Amino acid sequence: MEFKGYRIPAMASLVIWAVLWEIVGRLGLTILIPPLSTTLEKLAEIAANESFWDAMAITMRTFLWGSAIAIVVGVPLGILMGRSVILDRMLLPWVNTFISAPLSAIVPVIMAVFGFGETTIILTVVLFAIWIIILDARAGAHAISPSLVEMARVYGASPRQAFAKIYVWSALPEILTGIRLGLLRAVKGVIIGQLLVSVVGFGRLFEIYSSNFLMEHMWALLIVLFALAFLIDLAFGAIERRVDHFASSRS
Amino acid sequence: MTVTAIHAPTPAAAPVPAAPIVEVRNISKIYPGGVEALNNISLSFPEGELTSLLGPSGCGKTTLLKIIAGLLQPTAGEVLVRGRRVTAPGPERSFVFQDFALMPWATVIRNAAFGLELRGVARSEREAVAEKYIASVGLKGFERKYPHELSGGMRQRVGLARALAVNADIVMMDEPFSAVDEQTRRQFQEDLLRLVATERKTFLFVTHSIEEAVYVSNRIVLLSRRPSRVSEIIDVDLPRESDPEQIRRHPTYLDAVEGIWQTLKHYLD
Amino acid sequence: MALIAEGVRPAAARPAGPGSGRSLRDGLQHPLTLRFLSFAIALAAWEYAGRLPISPSFPAFSETFAALVGMILDGSLLAAFAVTLTPLAIGITLSALIGVGLGVLMGLSEKAEWFGVPVFIVMQAAPLAALVPLLVLAYGIGNLTKVFVVCIMAMPVIVLNSFKAVRHTPSSLVEMSTSFGATSAQRIGKIILPSATPVIFAGLRLGTAAGFVGAVLAELLVTPTGIGDIITYNQSTADYPKMYAAIAAVIVVSVLFIEFLGWVEQRFLRPEKRASK
Repeated sequence: MEFKGYRIPAMASLVIWAVLWEIVGRLGLTILIPPLSTTLEKLAEIAANESFWDAMAITMRTFLWGSAIAIVVGVPLGILMGRSVILDRMLLPWVNTFISAPLSAIVPVIMAVFGFGETTIILTVVLFAIWIIILDARAGAHAISPSLVEMARVYGASPRQAFAKIYVWSALPEILTGIRLGLLRAVKGVIIGQLLVSVVGFGRLFEIYSSNFLMEHMWALLIVLFALAFLIDLAFGAIERRVDHFASSRS
Repeated sequence: MTVTAIHAPTPAAAPVPAAPIVEVRNISKIYPGGVEALNNISLSFPEGELTSLLGPSGCGKTTLLKIIAGLLQPTAGEVLVRGRRVTAPGPERSFVFQDFALMPWATVIRNAAFGLELRGVARSEREAVAEKYIASVGLKGFERKYPHELSGGMRQRVGLARALAVNADIVMMDEPFSAVDEQTRRQFQEDLLRLVATERKTFLFVTHSIEEAVYVSNRIVLLSRRPSRVSEIIDVDLPRESDPEQIRRHPTYLDAVEGIWQTLKHYLD
Repeated sequence: MALIAEGVRPAAARPAGPGSGRSLRDGLQHPLTLRFLSFAIALAAWEYAGRLPISPSFPAFSETFAALVGMILDGSLLAAFAVTLTPLAIGITLSALIGVGLGVLMGLSEKAEWFGVPVFIVMQAAPLAALVPLLVLAYGIGNLTKVFVVCIMAMPVIVLNSFKAVRHTPSSLVEMSTSFGATSAQRIGKIILPSATPVIFAGLRLGTAAGFVGAVLAELLVTPTGIGDIITYNQSTADYPKMYAAIAAVIVVSVLFIEFLGWVEQRFLRPEKRASK
């Protein structure tokens, strides 16, 4: 976007939106939207609070555990599906089902079996994140150039070596895309899990704020969560671009 | 039968057999970012002939063709068609694209009739015209197929039928055969010669293949490396009525190919 | 910010390897055989785990299936779906109309892109589910809130996919239409929109999936109505087969609905796909 010959940064319009937010909030058009400035004041207030940092710690812990499990299970499974027709045909229907299923409906099952603790939230994160990771790792394995696979065989690579030295690296661009999308879904999972469990972490805070009609407090939490998701996206996008050339050996 | 080489920049002095239908005057093109593609090019294209633009890859041949087509704007200079300045595409010019530019969601006949569809020609009428040209490029029976069901060569025939169906006087072709295999390419070149003979249109042809340029052209414009200037204009006078094998072994053909190669070699280092 | 259109993945179909005298193996490897086998294994595992039982709150498949049949027969499942699907259908329709419109507009106009796209990128990345408690505070526990939830969940991906689809129209097709003298209206109607259709529809499918997540979430969080009511009520009375049956039903319905969208696209908007079959 250019304006009178000057380039305007792509995300600069967010500033305009922030100003609009402030105006709508000040005019009091809807109780849904309090002014941005008071929300930010509340954010500073909340950030001084220990319960905020407790909630943050629980969120980060469950998010990291859940994401780690989803990646460690999802990537190898996806690559195996990409290399084995039988496995692919048996598992793909399930992956395709769960990738677009209303997963929020499954959370009560996890709650019923695993109770109202952090385990449930971790499993919710896995449930949200893993499918796209599997699918993209599978796509990456499909994209591996056949001549690289043949090269590994010609030089006598064992299946394990071929997997660790060729497949994973060659499929890395897609795998990382899958992980980035998976992490974004994991953020959604960690929030939905906490909202439904509602006795730990941000879920508990939301419960407290909403039962006391503290709109500014809620928005303050939201800003934190949105910023967190956005940073993860940016950071991973940057890593992805660095390994893009791994795909260049493909025909 | 002679190969005459006239040195630019005095193309107007060339003994052209017919009046120029397209004239290019002092065209320069600098892309945003400072890449200078064309530098002060002046050319004229005689009516009813096939003129090739030939040069090293990346030399701006396609840029020049697209400027004539009105798809790109030159930084300086002007394009005249029958003496009138043009800055946008017009019905008297049609274009064959390097990557075919077929609509994957449309059948062969709709693709071929697309130029007429845009002009608001009634469906039955435009399909009748398109059918005729689909047949003339050898695709009779494929009217209801979709592009993905055709081979690369067949797809480009659809692109050619589309360009002919609008009955433009000038048909521009941007490396039309570069995306098809060698056998198809030769078949295509022969078909193109037949079309030039029967259609009485002016063809502007961009290629990076010396053999192809010599084989199909009446006239070859050699462009230098970027920023391109006209390096040489060569009239090719081959007995095109004889069979393809003989043409490709004809001394004139071989000399022309060799001569152009000697010129282009300078641009390689 | 990577702007990869989501949900447009080439369906990688591998040709079956040639071979003679391997008909048995080929039969075993047939996609339908394997799909059936995997389905059977999953159900058998479910049945086994339920009978062990791995947890008192994990019913076997047979119990769940019986509960499902029971709920279908007494009409309670149908009634619940009617309640759940109403705000969902309204929300999806609104998101589709507004979302595709906005996305196409932003794809066509750089100014609109500059102004609008960043907001939707943030929305796409953000855990919008966290807005649900706010919406309840602001708009109560009625259908308005549910429609709102469905919209905010479904809209971003629909908008962004439509935007990318329009922005990534093959430039040679646009040039082609220009060279044949197309007007702007012709260019948009005959080139840009048809070429954007697959990615727009991928966005609609993803949006619908997100909308289902939102609808169920709203019912679980906001007011126990519809399917959400069956789930929470039976959870509280420990009638787990019914709870599981309701969850399975809503997943099946959402998958079928998304498949249906794909069918609509192929049937009415993608003539070239039909021809290849």
